[in-house]
Amino acid sequence: MNTIRDILDTMDYGPAPEDATDVRAWLARHEAGFGHFIGGAFTKVKGETFTVSNPANGQKLAQVAVADAGDVDRAVNAAAKALKTWRALSGNERARHLYALARHVQKHTRFLAVLETLDNGKTIRETRDIDVPLVARHFYHHAGWAELRDDVFPGQEPVGVCGQIIPWNFPLLMLAWKVAPALAAGCTVVLKSAEHTPLTAIAFAEICAEAGLPAGVFNLVNGAGETGALLAGHEGVAKLAFTGSTAVGRLLRRQTAGSGKKLSLELGGKSPFIVFENADLDAAIEGVVDAIWFNQGEVCCAGSRAIVQEGIADRFHDKLRARMEKLRVGDPLDKSMDMGAVVAPVQIEQITAKVKAGIAEGGQMWQPSWAHTVATGGGCFFPPTLFTHVAPSSTLAQEEIFGPVLASMTFRTPAEAVQLANNSRYGLAASVWSQNLDEAFDAARTLKSGIVWINSTNLFDASAGFGGYKESGFGREGGREGMREYLVPAFQAKAKALPESAPLAAPTPAPGPASGGGLDRTVKLYVGGKQARPDSGYSYPVTGPKGRHLAEVGLGNRKDIRNAVEAAHKASAWSGMTGHARAQVLYFLAENLELRAAEFAARLADAGASASAARREVEASVARIMHYAAWADKYDGAVRAPDKRMLTLALNEPWEVMGISCPDEAPLLGFVSLVMPAIAMGNRVVATPSQSQPLAACDLYQVLDTSDVPGGVVNIVTGDRDTLADTMAKHDDIAALWYFGGTKGTELVERESAGNLKAVWANNGKARDWFDATQGQGEEFLFHAVRIKTVWTPFGV
Amino acid sequence: MSTKTAQAEGERAATGSELVALAPVRDRNAGTDFTPALFETMSVNLSATERRVATLGARRTVKKAWQAAWLIRAIECIDLTTLAGDDTPGKVERLCAKARNPLRADLVKALGLEDYRLTTGAVCVYPMMVATAVRALEGSGIPVASVATGFPAGLTPMQDRLAEIRYAVGEGAHEIDIVISRRHVLTGNWAALYDEVRAMREACGEAHMKAILATGELKTLSNVYRASMVSMMAGADFVKTSTGMEAVNATLPVSLTMVRSVRDYLDLTGQVCGFKPAGGIRTTKDAIAWLILMKEELGNDWLKPDLFRFGASSLLGDIERQIEHNVTGRYSSADRHGLA
Repeated sequence: MNTIRDILDTMDYGPAPEDATDVRAWLARHEAGFGHFIGGAFTKVKGETFTVSNPANGQKLAQVAVADAGDVDRAVNAAAKALKTWRALSGNERARHLYALARHVQKHTRFLAVLETLDNGKTIRETRDIDVPLVARHFYHHAGWAELRDDVFPGQEPVGVCGQIIPWNFPLLMLAWKVAPALAAGCTVVLKSAEHTPLTAIAFAEICAEAGLPAGVFNLVNGAGETGALLAGHEGVAKLAFTGSTAVGRLLRRQTAGSGKKLSLELGGKSPFIVFENADLDAAIEGVVDAIWFNQGEVCCAGSRAIVQEGIADRFHDKLRARMEKLRVGDPLDKSMDMGAVVAPVQIEQITAKVKAGIAEGGQMWQPSWAHTVATGGGCFFPPTLFTHVAPSSTLAQEEIFGPVLASMTFRTPAEAVQLANNSRYGLAASVWSQNLDEAFDAARTLKSGIVWINSTNLFDASAGFGGYKESGFGREGGREGMREYLVPAFQAKAKALPESAPLAAPTPAPGPASGGGLDRTVKLYVGGKQARPDSGYSYPVTGPKGRHLAEVGLGNRKDIRNAVEAAHKASAWSGMTGHARAQVLYFLAENLELRAAEFAARLADAGASASAARREVEASVARIMHYAAWADKYDGAVRAPDKRMLTLALNEPWEVMGISCPDEAPLLGFVSLVMPAIAMGNRVVATPSQSQPLAACDLYQVLDTSDVPGGVVNIVTGDRDTLADTMAKHDDIAALWYFGGTKGTELVERESAGNLKAVWANNGKARDWFDATQGQGEEFLFHAVRIKTVWTPFGV
Repeated sequence: MSTKTAQAEGERAATGSELVALAPVRDRNAGTDFTPALFETMSVNLSATERRVATLGARRTVKKAWQAAWLIRAIECIDLTTLAGDDTPGKVERLCAKARNPLRADLVKALGLEDYRLTTGAVCVYPMMVATAVRALEGSGIPVASVATGFPAGLTPMQDRLAEIRYAVGEGAHEIDIVISRRHVLTGNWAALYDEVRAMREACGEAHMKAILATGELKTLSNVYRASMVSMMAGADFVKTSTGMEAVNATLPVSLTMVRSVRDYLDLTGQVCGFKPAGGIRTTKDAIAWLILMKEELGNDWLKPDLFRFGASSLLGDIERQIEHNVTGRYSSADRHGLA
């Protein structure tokens, strides 16, 4: 036999293994096991431990300690202790540390890449060319944010100690996405690694020590869900950042409800991959490879639903099957592999179960001819898999598989493509393939997802925000918007606690007539641009100072909220209007409110304000409306620059339908301060006004009517704030909820929002001076009134 | 490829210690009627193309014996070329001698290829040098390729261009590398391009025709794809990137686009066409990258000289040095390998 001649016959690639000697030696040195990294040093391994295995062959790599309550406590305390000096460093000093981390990651690139491959099973090609370079890039980028924090985010300060929980699919990269912005903002960190893949986080802890990061700034605890729950529940944690499954995200939303913790969730997805008939089909085919066969499909933003124009579907699938034949699955350390190992046997079981369900539901499965020959050798391998004829209603189309399985369906028109794409609980990412940019941008704008890649997929950069719409979570990682997750307005630290609102008077007839005389006036609800009687048929009395009876106001209930949400959905034209057009409406509203300033001031005086305070509140309200009229055509997003031939847009898009629970205090200004930024940004709102003094807001019905505010844009439901907030929190067709009330109500809405994981902005029972411009208006409100969609468009001829 | 090549492969089989399978005899690409629907709507996405070629080299690699074997195959696919105004019969004879013995004998032996009859894919010269080359290569089975049709610009009168083809064929050339009229592409006159290439193919007769698109002057990948498709419809046996004289010659994005057009043409018509990148391919790394491209995008059939050629003059020297390193573990010097 002649080797060379044999190879000349087959022209095979042959083995090309990456040398793992040095990494194995490092693991051998730590044969006794790894502890946690707390206060700048590793703890001794004691108590419960878990075994970390190489998913490519099942062999043990390391033994790692499980953090118990004491460990978590010590880690949080270490972070709290370090916070004082860390946050007091100048931006430049913190930048130096982040720069050092970036440099040290680069010095150890191959070590980290090999270790990640051993631990996770992903190919050395990906760890070497994608994961680790992006990690370094993230620290470099955020060294910049450390430097610029006070210039770019005036009036903001670090949120405090951050608990961060990362997944196993991109262990080191997700660490970087969490740790870099936190440190740049001036926060300190307790990170919990994923139980399948703790090793690169441990190596990173060593790198922190090597790079001279002050003790306690970065702390690491290892363990599974129990440890995560301990961290999430720790009262010393001011901010929790989580990347992982939607199910766990929901648990964390409930667990942290009312705790005052800031929360960001980056969760699951079922991201569409839309191929129009005029796409460059071969380009789109490679896009599929990068979308669903990247990291074995274990990617939250994996393009797992192909939505292909019917006329080209057969050709597309033929090309796709031919391409799949060429994929190589095997030893992740081999440099010529497209896919490595799935992270653990439990994932193989999970993928297999979903694939079987897909077959049972009538999906047509196809795998390459070599699929059955994928050597397992004790490893977790799953071949690339294509399902065609997938119905939108099937499990394959609706549920995240988190494996190398593509579900493909067809569409007829561009509108139908977007409709199918949006037909999901999730809204993380979307990929759109068309050589016609009219078509592509139209889809990009109408897709409900946090990221849209035009003629590309799975592109990431530290300067571009990443995060989802809908049940894919809230909050962004990367870029300017990502920094905001780790900052809070400085005034909050000194904000006083609000008293819990007094309960409403019983909705029964009042003992005497309403003051003022004149023709009897009925204050109804305001739904869809019309005054509507409350569904309940009850009214409750509103009283002024010293119990003076002012009026009866409708007692709204859950059906009124339902009707208001329906009305808000119908008013979708508002979101499509130009900022200029919305500004005109808001200016007109300010004009008409000012015309009736005396009347509103009198109303506020009835409610208990002094004459001058009442006048001041009306003036401030008019000014506030103008403030947001001014912003309406200016808070319009940004252009990111990850690459010279790449147009990357950070678009500020409205949530569309929002719920707003207005505070009891400042009955007019509080209402205006919350509703105006929301509608200025194109949202339609369902608002509950001050429950004890709703009359000023109710007087706005006529002003809204006369100011060309389209029906359904502002819906006002009076009644018990928390009862109505509960209904709004539980309403799955409301995308965001602002709550300004008590601590109990905050706990309630945060907990109940877990159903559809709507974004909640709540005051945690803290007071805010609505008259103070730094507290009552500004970018904080606008930022919460939009969700950022990042659209990537490579171009060139 | 040509009859003579087939005979040469037969000789290989006969002289080898083992039976070597003959390459399947393929029908030449007969072309099709002019069918604009096959290419008109095609729009190639540049960024996606660049991303594919950028990651291709990272997705596949060959090491050790596999690398040596792949480099041997690269040698077999080289059209060893001299296309210079100062070419003389002596220079061409030297080139032909190198084509017969492209690798130092001790290295051939070390790789166990003494019986393999390793040669380059062809020798490529100007028409006036064809006769010399044919004589110098007699009995080797190595085909002689000639450029023609007013190479490199192709702006001489049509009858002269066709006459040049007939001359080269008459001198014994087995393969003719024609240049297309770039003006037809740049003005979208696809029918004129089709007619021109058709006429050239007829003039070639039994000789195989490689259509040089001069992609560096077509500029956009969509132009490249369309020109490639039209050339195949008009009966090209190979599509070739460049003359080697343009400012930009063979690149991977252009090659990927052409290779995909070859694949689409096969899918749409059932006919096979070869591919030849030419110009600027100088290193072992380049050669491996192109072989990987061919294997991944078209398959193993395009890893043989009947469907794949490198147009190169200095590539062979780098491959020789790399093979020596592969055999000895020592980095080599150009002086240790015979000049062409």
